[in-house]
Amino acid sequence: MSNGMKFRYPVDGNDFTRAGEISSKVKKQLKQLGLPPEVIRRVAIIMYEAEINMVIHANGGTIDVEITPEQIRLVFSDTGPGIPDIEKAMQEGFSTASHEVRELGFGAGMGLPNMKKNSDEMKIDTRIGVGTIMDLIVKI
Amino acid sequence: MKLAKVQELLDAKIHAGAELVGQLEVKDAFGSDLMSDVLAFVQEQGMLLTGLRNSQVVRTAEMMDMQVVVFVRGKEPDEEMVSVAEERNIVLMSTEMTMFTSCGILYKNGLGTDGKAGESLV
Repeated sequence: MSNGMKFRYPVDGNDFTRAGEISSKVKKQLKQLGLPPEVIRRVAIIMYEAEINMVIHANGGTIDVEITPEQIRLVFSDTGPGIPDIEKAMQEGFSTASHEVRELGFGAGMGLPNMKKNSDEMKIDTRIGVGTIMDLIVKI
Repeated sequence: MKLAKVQELLDAKIHAGAELVGQLEVKDAFGSDLMSDVLAFVQEQGMLLTGLRNSQVVRTAEMMDMQVVVFVRGKEPDEEMVSVAEERNIVLMSTEMTMFTSCGILYKNGLGTDGKAGESLV
């Protein structure tokens, strides 16, 4: 991992209109690195789903991106309410999002399953009232 | 289908990326007001039709490499959406037609059908 590149981005939890800016920045960066389009697409979907989640559920957080020749590791950390039932949260269609969030076009309960589908590995460490860390790997 | 043809068929107004309308072609499209579904189901469709009007529509299109967004039911993008789209070379159009009518007209004219529009799908 010594030849990896590491980046950290803070996510502003108060501004829904700007959610996705970090995903956009990372997507551009991966394009400049000349990574395969399919890998870029998977990373973009995971990042954007996670970024939206952090804004609508957790009042922001931090995104760590680590790029090595073999894989891209994405770690999303927040100090939000935690996920009470991960098994349920992983089911397509299950959502705790508010009516307002649904009106914005999200909160359909597709986020976590979609993140899993687009990654090679996904670990979730969540504690009620403390926060959630999601650790995902996309192999190149 | 040439984007200029899409514009003509939907009698659409252009809000961003006007210079690209004469150059781009689309093969298929996806219609949804739910961005969660766009992120979960879009494969190669290059155009999004939606009745949702907020900045995340343009972001979602960007993430999915969709180069065209058509707002249906007379919705029009605001300044911020236009500026994000211009930066990303995404075309924004709007039509007074409903989602159903817009998709129907495009499909009937061959979009997303590999030239087999009108043939039975079953």
